[in-house]
Amino acid sequence: MLRRELATIGLALLTALVAGSVLILVVGESPLVVYQLLLKSTWGTRYGIGQVLFKTTPLVLTGLSVAVAFKVGLFNIGAQGQLVAGSFVTALAGAYLPPGTPGPVAVVLCVGAGMVAGGLVGALPGLLKARYGAHEVINTIMLNFIVSALVLWAGNSLFFVAYTTHTKTVIASSHLHHLGFEGSAANTSLFFALVLAALVHLFLTRTRHGFEWRAVGFGQRAAENAGVSLKGAFIGAMALSGALAGAAGANYVLGYKHYFERDIGSGVGFMGIAVALLGRNHPAGIVASALLFATLAHGGLEVSELVPKELVEILQAVIILAVAAASAYSMRRRVRAGVD
Amino acid sequence: MSDLIDSLLSLTFLAQVLRITMPYALAAMGGSVSERSGVTNIALEGIMLMGAFAAAAGAYDSGGAISVSLSYGMAAGIATAALYALVVVTFKADQIVAGVAINMLAYGITPYLLKMFYNSSSNSPVIEGLGGNIFANPVFWLAVLLVPVVHVVIAYTRWGLRVRAVGDHPEAADTLGVSVDGVRWQAVLCSGALAGLGGAWLSLSGSGFVAGMSAGRGYIALAAVIMGSWRPLWACAACLLFGFAEAIQVTLQTFDIGIPNELVQTFPYVLTMITLAGFIGRSRAPAAIGRPYEPD
Amino acid sequence: MSQTEAGQAAGAETSGRPPALELRRVTKRYGALHANQDVDLRVEAQTVHALIGENGAGKSTLMKIAYGHVKADSGEIWIKGKPVGKHSVAQSIERGVGMVHQHFMLVGPLTVAENVILGREPLRRGLLDLGRASDEIRALSGKFGLDVDPSARIEDLSVGQQQRVEILKVLWRGCDVLILDEPTAVLTPGEVRDLFAVLRGLVAEGMTIVLITHKLDEVLAIADRVTVMRRGKVVEEMPRGGLSAADIARAMVGRPVLLRVEKGPASPGDVVLEVRDLHVTGSRGVAAVRGISLDVRAGEILGIAGVEGNGQSELIEAIVGLRRTDSGQVRIGGRDVTSAAIYRRYEAGLAHIPEDRQDRALILDYPIRDNLIFGQQRDFTWKVDVLDTGRIQRRAVELISQFDIRPDDPGHECGDMSGGNQQKVVVARELSRRAPSVLLCAQPTRGVDIGAIEAIHRRMIEARDRGLAVLLVSAELSELKSLADRLVVIYKGQIVATLDGAELGVENVLDRVGAMMVGADRPTEEAAHAPP
Repeated sequence: MLRRELATIGLALLTALVAGSVLILVVGESPLVVYQLLLKSTWGTRYGIGQVLFKTTPLVLTGLSVAVAFKVGLFNIGAQGQLVAGSFVTALAGAYLPPGTPGPVAVVLCVGAGMVAGGLVGALPGLLKARYGAHEVINTIMLNFIVSALVLWAGNSLFFVAYTTHTKTVIASSHLHHLGFEGSAANTSLFFALVLAALVHLFLTRTRHGFEWRAVGFGQRAAENAGVSLKGAFIGAMALSGALAGAAGANYVLGYKHYFERDIGSGVGFMGIAVALLGRNHPAGIVASALLFATLAHGGLEVSELVPKELVEILQAVIILAVAAASAYSMRRRVRAGVD
Repeated sequence: MSDLIDSLLSLTFLAQVLRITMPYALAAMGGSVSERSGVTNIALEGIMLMGAFAAAAGAYDSGGAISVSLSYGMAAGIATAALYALVVVTFKADQIVAGVAINMLAYGITPYLLKMFYNSSSNSPVIEGLGGNIFANPVFWLAVLLVPVVHVVIAYTRWGLRVRAVGDHPEAADTLGVSVDGVRWQAVLCSGALAGLGGAWLSLSGSGFVAGMSAGRGYIALAAVIMGSWRPLWACAACLLFGFAEAIQVTLQTFDIGIPNELVQTFPYVLTMITLAGFIGRSRAPAAIGRPYEPD
Repeated sequence: MSQTEAGQAAGAETSGRPPALELRRVTKRYGALHANQDVDLRVEAQTVHALIGENGAGKSTLMKIAYGHVKADSGEIWIKGKPVGKHSVAQSIERGVGMVHQHFMLVGPLTVAENVILGREPLRRGLLDLGRASDEIRALSGKFGLDVDPSARIEDLSVGQQQRVEILKVLWRGCDVLILDEPTAVLTPGEVRDLFAVLRGLVAEGMTIVLITHKLDEVLAIADRVTVMRRGKVVEEMPRGGLSAADIARAMVGRPVLLRVEKGPASPGDVVLEVRDLHVTGSRGVAAVRGISLDVRAGEILGIAGVEGNGQSELIEAIVGLRRTDSGQVRIGGRDVTSAAIYRRYEAGLAHIPEDRQDRALILDYPIRDNLIFGQQRDFTWKVDVLDTGRIQRRAVELISQFDIRPDDPGHECGDMSGGNQQKVVVARELSRRAPSVLLCAQPTRGVDIGAIEAIHRRMIEARDRGLAVLLVSAELSELKSLADRLVVIYKGQIVATLDGAELGVENVLDRVGAMMVGADRPTEEAAHAPP
């Protein structure tokens, strides 16, 4: 089983490497040069490592978000909107808390509020699916557009500081400590994300609800017959999924800019899909995969003089396609018995 | 307010509705063909985007020749659809995952190509496009003609019968010697051509390609397919509804009726969510949709 | 009642034609499973050749290979005396071999005509020539007694009618060798007789029939020659003349088979399951259960006989809670559960063995131990929602040994097990609920080998003797006859007859039941044609 998964991942990475090289050649650069520069600017400097870690945190969260939804058989393409909603609410909570609020309390309230906001945005498509059987793929995508429009409107009319596209600064006690990577914004929310990854894994494998949710993902009709509430599973998983994405506000708002700004965490929600797939929906895999994509994301910026930074987005799509194709191929090799 | 009503009841508004509906309708027709054969087509969005870019590039290269731009657009659509078909029909990967990936690919490649060719990060150079009165434009009527053509093909031709069979009971078709994967490939390529054409219309009816210009229309087209019970004619009717919604939203932005522009812009997306919730129970999907076919 | 005396015994030389179908040393493996091992088969022209064996013996696979639908690993296929090089379905049809599948290969929303012509569509001016197709279909219908309306949609037709369409499909293509895979699985005894009449008509016109079946009485009724398969190999090949059911059964299983299970008399107690005037709508908006009332007492087995599609599935689903009840009541142990959530019905004492275990009963990706608690997981949870993995493992070990589940590793994935063992997991789980009082079984031995069938039947009797009220829905009349203490017959959503223990013991009761299953009030016609 593990061998098959590793083979799938290996194949996907190889395909990405080849595709990336082709794209680099097309713009007239040398793949070797570009890849070297990418590695050096990420893992070769303290600042680089810090930035990679900074970008890993939200990717772990959105990767978990997508993976949790996959476990019940749902596709959460709305992690982007859930992240935006969560970050926005985290920033508002942080901005309007009384300045004397003790640090831990402030952080918990802000992140908690963000997770609730993300959870609500996630729960809506879950509810629509549970109640009406409506396609969660389209609904989550629609919500991405709707949430960013709503947040923009709320910002423009109420919450953005005049003439800017960002909110008031959050209170000092809610700021998260930086990890000390030479000016990088990597902060303690990284540990928070890792702890959440472990908790999610324990939840899915050791609790009754996790058992039921996975059953729904594997065999909805059998789960129904066994008395599992499908509605509860759909709504619950989507809410948790949204909450996980919404927790990313801790990284961007509390740990970096200290306010919410337009286009925050752009693309991270979609990258979470690639992270979850490459990580095979397993928390350990997700963390590793998040590190990889964070490396690509930061490295992509650093080589953007040589190669357009969209290379990263293209590579992430290629990885998804390769993983999807490879895992389908390996599934077919498994022979299933079951009928005499 | 009465100004608003007047402008809504005018011929120009009707023309605008039709012009705006056209990309939805083309994409929806393409979507219904591929979905009927059992292949979910989330990738419509990305195909449209590629078609839009290619058409703008074609217009620029050829100095405004519409036929060139349209064929570039269709070709780009077919090429993108071919990649999608390779991954989901030949390799039998999960169709939704692959569809989302194709969309991400399109969203990533188009700015990449923009930078490469036109040194811009968001716009292609301005092109002539489909200006003026669309009722006088033969391309419009050609596109309108496609609607009944697609319907006849699906309902009354040999190929259409095989598409319908393969989407509902692929094993039945297989036992009669019909190549399930072959028919699905053809259906997906067909949807690529139509959606690519829809994307081409987008950039041609504007003044060029803008990054991310499909803006969710591909997904809305898919919702229209579902609303239309996977029948090309009804899907087009559903598209009129969404085209109308988008036209209203554009018009309302120029009139001040007290609703902020940002909220008005959400109208097509909200409408999609509402209609999906209302319609999904009533429509009957092709039974084998979304599942790759594996012969023993 | 077997026909064409000419076809018997002497073989091909009599009719002067080469064998219709011949398979030489055909082998097919699926991983470690030998579906077919070195099989030789020779079907003479213008005969009815029965291919019989238990479920899993390899008959279906063999014929799918003959038909070109599945590729053999090695061996030769000869059709009408000529070898086939690269085989395919198209090849078979070209040479006149057609297959009527067990699970109909029909596209529901399309019409009869569209289904018949699919793959070989006649055209007129570039468009489908449905008119010509309909005419040709009507001609065939008339000739062979296969009445059906070419413009009807498949999903609107009855099962018997759909089967006629399946046969028309192959006849329309000019096939004269027909392979029928378990054609009578979904037919009433009356419809089976009609089918056999059609088949005899076809043979009289010069056609060859290969009949795949696991039913001994069918073989005796119609076959000229019999090939018996067991575990992928041919074990016997004999002419029909002089064979008895016991002979064939012994060949199928390799040992003398007890065709009946030991069952003591029932001692029913209080009523535990009450169904009152139940109305349930089916999947396509049509009323499936139209006013059914029944009682099941503790310590008895109530059987429901009926052809599939007459509401019994919907009845079970309504009692379990998988389907909404339009009106009426369901009570378990006196408690009204008509609109209760499914898990509450289990808590009230319900146990359920669904008719499709892979779809409804098991999570194939889960290991045995997880499937053994599936549906009862609340009982194995500590505080804070955490599962008691120790207890789950211990229970798995115990039940695996008790019910002889193989393989015996609690961590083994259920998707990788035989049908019989999968069903044993389901049975073990349902019978080990905390305090079960009602056991619903739907087609409990479908797709299960004979050894496991015996085991499951014994468990059901055990459950009854333990005091459970057992409701058994089965399409196998012999299963009902051997297990049920009382029997009701369901037809078009209603109970049309009730038979008690005494009436069940009568000689030709199954014929009577069969007649009632098709709504015939007076079974006189059926009785006249009954086999001796």
